[in-house]
Amino acid sequence: MAVTLIPTESAVVTPLRSTPSRDRHRRGAARWVVLALVTLAALAMLVPFAFMLLNAFKSPTDYSSGGPLSWPTEFYTKGLRTYWTTVNFPLKVWNSALIAGSVAVLGVVVSLLNAYALGIGRVRGRLWIVGLFLLANMLPQEALIYPLYYVAKEIGLYNTRLSVIIIFTVIQSAFGTYLLASVLSTFPRSLLEAAALDGAGKWTVLWRVVFPNLRPTLAVLLIFFFIWTWNEFLIPLVMLIDNQTQTIPVALASLQGDRLMDAPTTNAGALISLVPAILFFLIFQRTLARGITAGAEK
Amino acid sequence: MAVSETVAVPATTPTPPAPGRGRRGRNAAYWLYLLPGAVLFILVIGAPLVGTGYLSLTKWSGVGDPTWVGLDNYQQLLHDEVFWASFRNTVAMIVAMVVVPTLLGLVLASVLFDIIGRRFRPRTAAALRAAFYLPQVLPVVVAGIVWGWILRPDGAFNSLLDAVGLGALRHDWLGDPGTALPAVMAVMIWVQIGYPVVVFMAALQRVDPELYEAAEVDGANWAHRFRAITLPQIRPETFVVALTCTIAALKVFGPIFALTRGGPENATNVPSYFAYYTFFKKLQVGYGSAISTVLTLIIVVVAVVFIWMQARSERRDRGF
Repeated sequence: MAVTLIPTESAVVTPLRSTPSRDRHRRGAARWVVLALVTLAALAMLVPFAFMLLNAFKSPTDYSSGGPLSWPTEFYTKGLRTYWTTVNFPLKVWNSALIAGSVAVLGVVVSLLNAYALGIGRVRGRLWIVGLFLLANMLPQEALIYPLYYVAKEIGLYNTRLSVIIIFTVIQSAFGTYLLASVLSTFPRSLLEAAALDGAGKWTVLWRVVFPNLRPTLAVLLIFFFIWTWNEFLIPLVMLIDNQTQTIPVALASLQGDRLMDAPTTNAGALISLVPAILFFLIFQRTLARGITAGAEK
Repeated sequence: MAVSETVAVPATTPTPPAPGRGRRGRNAAYWLYLLPGAVLFILVIGAPLVGTGYLSLTKWSGVGDPTWVGLDNYQQLLHDEVFWASFRNTVAMIVAMVVVPTLLGLVLASVLFDIIGRRFRPRTAAALRAAFYLPQVLPVVVAGIVWGWILRPDGAFNSLLDAVGLGALRHDWLGDPGTALPAVMAVMIWVQIGYPVVVFMAALQRVDPELYEAAEVDGANWAHRFRAITLPQIRPETFVVALTCTIAALKVFGPIFALTRGGPENATNVPSYFAYYTFFKKLQVGYGSAISTVLTLIIVVVAVVFIWMQARSERRDRGF
């Protein structure tokens, strides 16, 4: 794509040749102004996080006398501990990790199987099927939630983590199928033919030829599925109703407005809910940056 | 990458059928691989979607049997003030989640890449980008809860106004029907801005740096380069960002749930929260299904129009 565009663009640039060149000195000063402005905007983005940190370790009396902007007079951790034990935070982390982790792995497997049939197998009507998967990923979850909720209750899957795992495996793999099918439609045929000549069946080709070549894309997909599922709200809110099964965002939201949740506890709760998300971000940042550029080159 | 692309070329030319076996018969075996995905898809997406469509033609509280009422729910929707208010608010969400972030994102990504990344160190640009992206990492409900507290009458924002001498502007930002929607929009801009910035900066990496250098030697300033190079080069990504953000804006639920629950007086109600409330609080399953079905149809139309426009603009590019 980039290669085909460049010639047309350089043609657009040429007319600018007539523009007189700027005074070097003035431009040198202007770049510092730009840097200052963008840095200011970036700092403004961080202000809510600063508020969160400032108030998470403040005692309720300190908060009511000094307000949200005062520096805490002591390092108060009772809000954090109250939240930790009331919601049984380690269990919430486990629930979130179990659901997001299972969905990530199962979603990638289902996407790969679908995409193998669509992108490599080129089954009849594949364009319509891929289009259907793409649309499915865009559907509002409200259009599915009531029948899912009703059936889950009927068959005893209501309020189980398994129900949420099954639902999101399908929703996420709709996107994965769309993405992988387009990646696989450009998969080098010569590799497939060489493997076929060696007598490899379709199953062997999938795991010995296609899978190893696709591994970087699958890794990115795995991370996306994990983070998206981790942050999901509506379906877990409807499906998971007690302390044993809830995920981190649902636990925090269902305590909102509770007497227990004074300002420091709310901030402490938000702060520790943020920690796992920031950890993934730091761990996966490099994989993601690689994956995004790899995807863009396609 | 270049290697795999040159190898990939033969794939587009039709390969002759393998000797001995017909192409159709050979491909039929691939249907087996589609089977598990197809069964799951029908059970979890297809059937519930049809179910919601059917329920939208009935009156039902969730127990007993649904009563068939034909198009009554849809007729009721047309005269429901809350329904219209929720769609008006969706337009506001599109402004806050698509229009403003995409425009700001284009400018920010270009400034970060073209000025800060090249005139200072690229690491400075990367650090600034991370600050813009951080809200995207936060579970959106957690963001809603923190902002709900910041914007409370006794929250941090009013204290900040006091501290800088603007105490006269103190306000119950989310509690007043007049300011609730703008406040929610501001929060959504804060949440969304990082996404276009990151996608556009990644897109700019694949633009030939010589284009920028040549333009600069010719005396093109940042605004010239922005119009002549940045915008046309990253048009495919702009389409993708606009589409995904529009769909997200049409579906927005979590932040509304956490910030205002659609209030005050429906000033911030949106279709997805309206549907949730109708399903699970008012127990009007038929009516909730009708709201969901209308929302689904709108999303499908928007998605199809976007994809059609994208395909058309790509065809135009190839025509050169």
